[in-house]
Amino acid sequence: MGIYKWKTMGHMERIKEIILYTGIYMLLLLVAVAILYPVIWIVGSAFNEGSSLASSTAIPRHPTLHNFVRLFEETDYKKWYMNTLMIAVLNMIASVILTGTMGYVFARLKFAGKRFGLLSILILQMFPSFMGLIAIYVLFLNFGLLNQPLALVIIYGAGQIPYNTWLVKGYLKNVPLSLDEAAYIDGANKLQTYIKIILPVMFPILTFVAVTQFMVPWFDFILPSFLITSSDKKTLAVGLYELINGQANNNFTMFAAGSVLVAGPVAILYLFLQKYLVEGLSAGANKG
Amino acid sequence: MELLYYKKNATRRQKIIGYEMSRAGWLSVFVMGLGQFRNRQKGKGFLFLSIQLTYIMVEILTSSLVQGSLQGQPRAWGYGFFMRGIWGFITLGETTGGRFRDNSPVLMIEGLIAILLLSFLVFIWIYNVKDANNTALMYNLTGQRQSSKAYFKEIGESSFAYVVSTPSLILLLFVAIMPIFFAFFIAFTNYDAYHSPPADLIDWVGFANFGKIVNLPGWRTTFVGVASWTIIWATLATFTTFFGGLFLAVLVNNHRIVCKKIWRTIFILPWAIPGMVSLLVFKNFFNQTYGPLNQMLGLNIPWLNDPMLAKVTLIAINFWLGVPYFMMLMTGILTSFDKTIYDAAKVDGANRQQMFWKVTFPILLSQVMPLLIMSFAANFNNFGAVFFLTNGSPRNVAYEYAGHTDILITWIYKMTKDFQMYNMASIMSILIFLIIGGISTWNFMRTDAFKEE
Repeated sequence: MGIYKWKTMGHMERIKEIILYTGIYMLLLLVAVAILYPVIWIVGSAFNEGSSLASSTAIPRHPTLHNFVRLFEETDYKKWYMNTLMIAVLNMIASVILTGTMGYVFARLKFAGKRFGLLSILILQMFPSFMGLIAIYVLFLNFGLLNQPLALVIIYGAGQIPYNTWLVKGYLKNVPLSLDEAAYIDGANKLQTYIKIILPVMFPILTFVAVTQFMVPWFDFILPSFLITSSDKKTLAVGLYELINGQANNNFTMFAAGSVLVAGPVAILYLFLQKYLVEGLSAGANKG
Repeated sequence: MELLYYKKNATRRQKIIGYEMSRAGWLSVFVMGLGQFRNRQKGKGFLFLSIQLTYIMVEILTSSLVQGSLQGQPRAWGYGFFMRGIWGFITLGETTGGRFRDNSPVLMIEGLIAILLLSFLVFIWIYNVKDANNTALMYNLTGQRQSSKAYFKEIGESSFAYVVSTPSLILLLFVAIMPIFFAFFIAFTNYDAYHSPPADLIDWVGFANFGKIVNLPGWRTTFVGVASWTIIWATLATFTTFFGGLFLAVLVNNHRIVCKKIWRTIFILPWAIPGMVSLLVFKNFFNQTYGPLNQMLGLNIPWLNDPMLAKVTLIAINFWLGVPYFMMLMTGILTSFDKTIYDAAKVDGANRQQMFWKVTFPILLSQVMPLLIMSFAANFNNFGAVFFLTNGSPRNVAYEYAGHTDILITWIYKMTKDFQMYNMASIMSILIFLIIGGISTWNFMRTDAFKEE
């Protein structure tokens, strides 16, 4: 709204505008405070002196790194971090490879059983993944995979296939088929067409898959809590949860410190990749 | 002409195996590939024959005739992989204790794998009969038949798709499909804390567990109570975040707002922080005795300790967590809106409010409806929200293994992890699937993606 409009307004209109402006900005500020307060409070807690929740304040009176030191000295935090990082990277790579090829196959190629396959993975997606956990437990027990963090990649990698295949397939619907046909005419086979022509086009959606799948293991709780037992094999979610489960009053600042070290980078990554995340979300939503 | 007549008037059975059973068809019924040999399609016949031989060889090579004595299954003497699997699935083991005891869940899983592989064989077998029969019938009608070479060329065309997706399919078979079948069948056994393998065997009990939910007052009360709270929770959690997100998106989109990007970045922060951390922080934040909120207010409000208030707090905190997702989605959709639709409304003399509720909102809703249903399904199974925040508390004395704020999925978790009630947990999983599967199927049936394929 320009100055000109303001000048042409009547007296009552001006008052109305002023009230509207204050109202809207008050509302925005209120929401911002409600969102930021808990965030500031946990960051503050991480730098607080004491170990208990009751004494910690949003802005620490005497900031200290004591909690971070304790975290590394008294717990297996470093090992949890490395375990989770390895799972995350492997899961990211496996997911991109598996889903990329599945998405290409289901979007571009014709073969017997395609409709059946698409329908089956659709139905698979509806089951609570939790449901088969006992079977997976027994299966892992049989194959000696229990208590091995890297084995979790098998489940994460397989679990994401149904949803992401539909997502990638939906995305490829917007890419003209003439691209593939031109490659075939030039004598490329399906593998060459996929790697040289389609893969570069799929970059944005594969970024979405990579980022979301990298995030999964950091704070997934159920799977590792079922399948991992010893302390040095744990992932961050289980380790951090057990730190404050039942004794929040004693370890809360340590938990806060541990959370800041993970949630910080994760949040920054999310904020930077905002565009891809929202695009991937809506691209898959409208078509799948 | 005859061919067209046949195709038009074939019954269901005829469509599958052919208009009538030919000699070639009958031959393939007994030995896979034999009919193809009679049709002079040697390559194809050899392919089917070798599939059958592979299954037979696996059965022989894994049997005790070749492998020596079997550990653990004395009664299954001589059985190979497939027969042993079926035996294990039917009996769930017969010997307890000692070195050669049977482990029921393991036997069930091995049985399931054997049955899954055998059902593949059945599929291929039916295809083989159908193929032999149709080729023979076609030859009688037209005097022509496809050569094995042409057939393999056809297969080769689509083989890339099969080869590339094989790793994914194997993974899905073991990590997704087989566990679902396993969980389904556990619901019909007595697998609980009192029958815990490998010390004990488990047995098939049929529909007895389903009877428990209907007949035993404790289970019935818990199921009805938890299920209705789950539905209320999922509905409220979805609608509050949806309208909250819509409100924020419209608010930030207002022409009076400057620095829209900064506001949006602040508002999506809850989405960027992993849910587990936020939830555990809020759990402490709302603590009655030492939580900062009560200390700040100087009050003693039982935020998470009073049954009713705990539910309200849960929904409020979920609102904080879920609003950013919908805000970003709405912002994306609102900015890509076709503005010309408003012109007609303006001509008709609609004011801003009418335009929003009568024009913008219905279009918006039709676009996000699938997502809204998916979000409902996700909230229905929102394990984290309840587990990290209240873990089901406060306690409900009338419930079996559940608290006031437990939803179905956290109740299942408690039943399995803390109380080893595997059979009852499986029933709940089946019920969740029926509810969520029903809603999702109905939703997906209406999407373009489903209709096209």
